[in-house]
Amino acid sequence: MDMYSFWRTLDRATLRDIGLVCVADALVGAAFGAIAVSGGLPLWVPMAMSLLVFAGGAQFAAVAVTLAGGGAVAAVTAALVLNARLLPFGFAVADVLGRGRAARLAGAHVITDESVAFVLRQPDQRRRRAAFWVSGVGLFAVWNLAVALGALAGQGIGDTDALGLDAAFPAVLLALVVPALKDRRTRTAALSGAAVAVAATPFLPAGLPVLLALAGLPFAARRRPATGADGSTHSDGPDAAASRTGREGEDG
Amino acid sequence: MSLLAIVVLAAGTYAFRIAGPLLRDRIRLPERLERLLSIAAVVLLVALVVTSALTEGGGFAGWARPAGVLVAAVLALRRAPFPVIVVAAAATTALLRLAGLP
Repeated sequence: MDMYSFWRTLDRATLRDIGLVCVADALVGAAFGAIAVSGGLPLWVPMAMSLLVFAGGAQFAAVAVTLAGGGAVAAVTAALVLNARLLPFGFAVADVLGRGRAARLAGAHVITDESVAFVLRQPDQRRRRAAFWVSGVGLFAVWNLAVALGALAGQGIGDTDALGLDAAFPAVLLALVVPALKDRRTRTAALSGAAVAVAATPFLPAGLPVLLALAGLPFAARRRPATGADGSTHSDGPDAAASRTGREGEDG
Repeated sequence: MSLLAIVVLAAGTYAFRIAGPLLRDRIRLPERLERLLSIAAVVLLVALVVTSALTEGGGFAGWARPAGVLVAAVLALRRAPFPVIVVAAAATTALLRLAGLP
């Protein structure tokens, strides 16, 4: 099947949702390009990252660590830990990429939080495939175009702080992560990790405090009975992952 | 950010993505590993949010930025559309700076 038949396979509501997520990602991509370039990185850096890495959260993370003065190893490590979640996503959508070698190799590159979320919402295999390819290819095009435009604009913006763009970056990540914080153990792990990271920031080189936050992970791994200490029932299901894929609509 | 760093990051990211489509017929991912990976991503994201909202160059970033992020948090909890959250955070911070708050 070609892109046109994929397009015709999907209903209007799905196409509209894909369009809305494309608009949101365009905003985020433009902010990413502008922040990176106005922070002092060369024009090609955000553009090459967007083409080759194509993962919004990880791109923001790597650039944030770099602009804060962190080394390349810290920047790449933080971004790769973030992208490790793509591993289970790849297993989840493997059957919709198609059987051909080229389709699998190309399709893998457009596996994102968004394209996986769109796949999981479709009722049958034909529409799952169509949703994957339309959202994946669409987001790839929109994201790269927006980053390039943002980067070009960033050259002209003298002071991104005056526009509040430095608040846009944590706001982006926060919007992505809020649904996952409903899970109590995930929340405990995340908040203790963040406390460690902030406490360590004045003393460690940039980039390391964020990695130190992973020390919060044992709080999530601890086995607990289904009924929590506070008496509330607590399902141990894949709620963190499910709510993430459900709402994490904007991580290009 | 050198070209080498970007290529290493891109290669690692692609490896995470292609593993499932290539290996799906042969291995299954343990459920515990899946859960650990998704929680690790959340832990890292929250740490990035908090440190980038509060700190700048190892010190306090000033009040305008965390205030903007706080607005984003409230909007995110109320399930506001994503573009609204981002624009509101930036606008809050920009206006507070315009008013003279660092």
